[in-house]
Amino acid sequence: MYIKQLSVFVENKDGRLAEITTIIANAGIDIRALSIADTTDFGILRLVVDKPYEAEDILKAAGLTVSLTDVIAIGIPDRPGGFAETITAVANKAVAVEYMYAFISREQDRAYLIMRVADNETAIAALRAQGCDLLDGESVYQL
Amino acid sequence: MENRIFNKEMECMPRRELEALQLERLKSLVDYCERNSEFYSKRLAKAGVTADKIKSLSDIQYIPYTTKDDLRDTYPFGMISVPMEKIVRVHASSGTTGNPTVVAYTREDMENWSEQVARLAVAAGANAGTIVQICFGYGMFTGALGLHYGLEKIGAVVVPTSSGNTEKQLKFMRDFGTDAIVATPSYCMYLAEAARSMADKYPMEMYKLKYGILGSEGSTPEMRAEIEKHWGSGIFCTDNYGMSELNGPGMSGECMYRDGLHINEDHFLCETIDSASGSVLGKGETGELVVTNLTKRGLPMLRYRTKDITSINYDTCKCGRTSARMHKIIGRSDDMIKVRGVNVFPSQVESALIGMTEISPNYLIVLRRENYSDSMEVRVELIDSSLLDRYGELVALQKRIQDNIKNILGIAIKVSLVEPNSIERFTGKAKRVLDLRNQ
Ligand SMILES: [Zn+2]
Repeated sequence: MYIKQLSVFVENKDGRLAEITTIIANAGIDIRALSIADTTDFGILRLVVDKPYEAEDILKAAGLTVSLTDVIAIGIPDRPGGFAETITAVANKAVAVEYMYAFISREQDRAYLIMRVADNETAIAALRAQGCDLLDGESVYQL
Repeated sequence: MENRIFNKEMECMPRRELEALQLERLKSLVDYCERNSEFYSKRLAKAGVTADKIKSLSDIQYIPYTTKDDLRDTYPFGMISVPMEKIVRVHASSGTTGNPTVVAYTREDMENWSEQVARLAVAAGANAGTIVQICFGYGMFTGALGLHYGLEKIGAVVVPTSSGNTEKQLKFMRDFGTDAIVATPSYCMYLAEAARSMADKYPMEMYKLKYGILGSEGSTPEMRAEIEKHWGSGIFCTDNYGMSELNGPGMSGECMYRDGLHINEDHFLCETIDSASGSVLGKGETGELVVTNLTKRGLPMLRYRTKDITSINYDTCKCGRTSARMHKIIGRSDDMIKVRGVNVFPSQVESALIGMTEISPNYLIVLRRENYSDSMEVRVELIDSSLLDRYGELVALQKRIQDNIKNILGIAIKVSLVEPNSIERFTGKAKRVLDLRNQ
């Protein structure tokens, strides 16, 4: 029920993000979703790719600090309120959300939400009860 | 640990008497140098100093300093002040550049040296019958043989294993029931780690180490705590200090209270000076340590500039010794930088970073001038990928390092987390400071 997400430590300097994504592209790996959290000094780049283990190896070999984390991916209806309904399901169970980010797919009327929560099992149960569309790794990597 | 003193008469002498003894010895040393040392007789004559001009200890200030370069320039035997048949030992320290520095000892010098080491060994816990393994490399360096003679003098059981061959070292420790080791702090730690890695075969209870007599490099309280925890045998570690130019180990060492290193003041007259100007600092002030070896005759040493930065505390210690105590070496004068008027040593920054597993041991200090004031940034490489899940943990790490350094330096600095391998590596001595203030 989880998908693998890469977290990469990046310094906030010109062109660094482009360099890192180029390393991934050159290895023939596709990025499905991307988010970056940063201050003025450094950031954490979060990536969902089609070949997460390969990407981890390549980035490590390039000398970067990288980790792989289990996150939850949810398909949500791309209409007003779709996001709010999903979030409410998790919030009602008092599961802390560490971070999340959304992306829209090529499919019509569908958006995806990547969520990192403190307690995966409780969150998944809550989302299931709400009838949310939980995605497994394979389907996200192939989007 | 029992509080024992090897030479109560000298180590606990009332300070007034001690200072009188130092003055008497200083005068006779100057007199000796005038008459026997080709090198010093010229130098003293040039400065207009004669033994009868030394009326008080502070008159030492008229004697010119001696530096490592003087030893290099007179390589190998130019500073020896006795005929070669009176010399019984020669040691040398390797210089990274140029000639090694050679030092030489008469029989009497050897006896004094052994006496000095005997005192610090007893202060560190050793006694007659203590089984001591010497894990310093034997050879031209003074460390191993210096400790060796001093320990024999107190009747310890000396086991000269020398450095290296870790498995053998550990085997002897277990089989002999070794009580104490003489080692660098890093090797002592390394041995403990190696012992732990073999603990399923040889449990840690098989080691009986009680005293770590550490020298040749300084240890921080954190390192020492780590070493003591790793051995887990109740080992008690103390530091000692010395350098070949001043005999070798034996100038000073810690007692069981570990509140500074007791100086063998009847043999060594110490001052601290301002490195840049060369002016003598007041008692207790932090500066470059300058040492006169009052009793050495084979190769005398007047006002030797150690380049080590410390301060000297003249209060009587809880152990009863009246001898002054020098603070652990804070840094090297060559490495000192001034930031907003405060003296800063890269070694201080290093001590704040040591043992942190989240970052690599590599760091860089960057100095800039912003709005007419100095700013200091410390760059460290983040290597712990487990922190990447929560952004807050990185910010907390940054803050923690910042606070640690501020506690040590007393000035606010900025810490930057950078990517692994982004700080330049050096094969030799690392360059730790990037000073952009005049750009
Ligand atoms: Zn003491």
